[in-house]
Amino acid sequence: MPTLLEVKGLKAGYGPTHVLHGLDFRVDEGGVTALLGANGAGKTTTLRAICGMVRTEGAIDFLGQTLQGRATEDIVRRGIAHVPDGRGTFMELTVEENFRLGAYTRRDREIQADFDRLCGWFPRLKQRWRQQAGTLSGGEQQMLAIARALLLRPKLLLLDEPSFGLAPLIVQEIFGIMRRIRAEAGVGILLVEQNANLALELADLAYLLETGSIVMSGIAAEIRQDEAIRRSYLGY
Amino acid sequence: MDGLAHQIVAGIATGGIYASVALAIVMIYQATHHVNFAQGEMATLSTFIAWSMIQAGMPYWVAFFGTIVVSFAIGVVVERILIRPVANAPVLTMVGVFIGLLLIIGNATGWIFGYTTKVFPSPFASDRPLFGGLVSAHELGSTLVTLAVLTLVWAFFRFTRLGLAMRAAAYNPRSARLVGIRVGWMLALGWGMAAAIGAVAGMMVAPVVFLDPTMMLGILLYAFAGALMGGIDNPAGAVLGGFSVGVLENLAGAYVVGTELKLTVALAIIIGVLVVRPSGLFGRVVLSRV
Repeated sequence: MPTLLEVKGLKAGYGPTHVLHGLDFRVDEGGVTALLGANGAGKTTTLRAICGMVRTEGAIDFLGQTLQGRATEDIVRRGIAHVPDGRGTFMELTVEENFRLGAYTRRDREIQADFDRLCGWFPRLKQRWRQQAGTLSGGEQQMLAIARALLLRPKLLLLDEPSFGLAPLIVQEIFGIMRRIRAEAGVGILLVEQNANLALELADLAYLLETGSIVMSGIAAEIRQDEAIRRSYLGY
Repeated sequence: MDGLAHQIVAGIATGGIYASVALAIVMIYQATHHVNFAQGEMATLSTFIAWSMIQAGMPYWVAFFGTIVVSFAIGVVVERILIRPVANAPVLTMVGVFIGLLLIIGNATGWIFGYTTKVFPSPFASDRPLFGGLVSAHELGSTLVTLAVLTLVWAFFRFTRLGLAMRAAAYNPRSARLVGIRVGWMLALGWGMAAAIGAVAGMMVAPVVFLDPTMMLGILLYAFAGALMGGIDNPAGAVLGGFSVGVLENLAGAYVVGTELKLTVALAIIIGVLVVRPSGLFGRVVLSRV
């Protein structure tokens, strides 16, 4: 598979604090890459760095072009959709308005068809169509955030802990949807997760982050099989 | 009884002016969480621009719409050049910039156009009183213009793609960037629209209060009272607050405190709202857990 996103020697931080100390990783076209690690390892910062939300050093190449130094809105317009921590939904606006904003950069005629398709994937959002997003449950908000991101018709989807704070059943549902995105939409996914088991099940490639450095990487399926790695790094 | 009805109708007419300026204040407040103290002076400058156009022989409505376009441009330029560089500065810096803007625009207006009071024409001039003297032609006309402006603004935010994007940028700039909205330009657009709304308010009130560089000073206070009363983060509330303050002010002026102390009503409302219900009648109460 050709490479979609290639990151080399990525450093980033907030003010004088350095959070990332030179990361190398990649996402293939239509593939899923998982970034694993404990709280504070730098997973969220990595996603922010790709989206131009923090100052960075190093190379971030997307489809052969650098994203370095570009504004967030321009990076988004190139086809990178980010579901940030805290989800990034517009709480004050309705589900419908959140959908419309997801497709904000698009001018094509298939927006309505995409609305229908996503409502098929997330029937509960269809039921809440005219409701304020802030009144949705946590799981519904996560679904809305993912739907909003897919409406951009991205080539790369950045997901920041989609399972965070949700009940196990809802988490299953959301990972089911992600399998579907992978199979049907042909979107590359960079998935940040604390739930290593779930993430490795979905991913092709996996990287383990510890305090801003990658301490281990490889094929997700192999890591899952390797009991020693699982015990020492992933703790299950 | 006729007197009371007339006071209420006249209150609604001036209330419309306050509602427009309150809406302009709230639009900028929602996006930036700062109050543009210079909103009134910007409207005064716009009205002087309209006055010059009319003096130069332009028909009223050409000058009216020309002024709206020019004011919009001024609003955008002010945001780009003066506000943007300090967008992330501390609150006191922002307050300083707004007060500076108020002084600069106010004094520049006086310097360019002079401090003598000028007569500003009304497009609704009619010698005959309407509805048996209940309402003057200008009161009725300016109220209709105000309502048209408010309806247009509402429809713009409710139904258009750009309006939705501006709301999104105001509510949640970070998320707005993540759907590809150019947030910086949305702010500039908001400033332009606020300036244009202020310009209409200025042109509608000038025939009543006469045109001079301090024309909007009192009006800004009433508008601010209206915005606070309705809830400074709620555009619809601010509009309703503006109309209420207009009626209250007129009634209090006619029956309670007299015209000399009318401005006190605005200040009393401001203090009253801040003490009793800081979020206003329709504002959002923000709770945070510690």
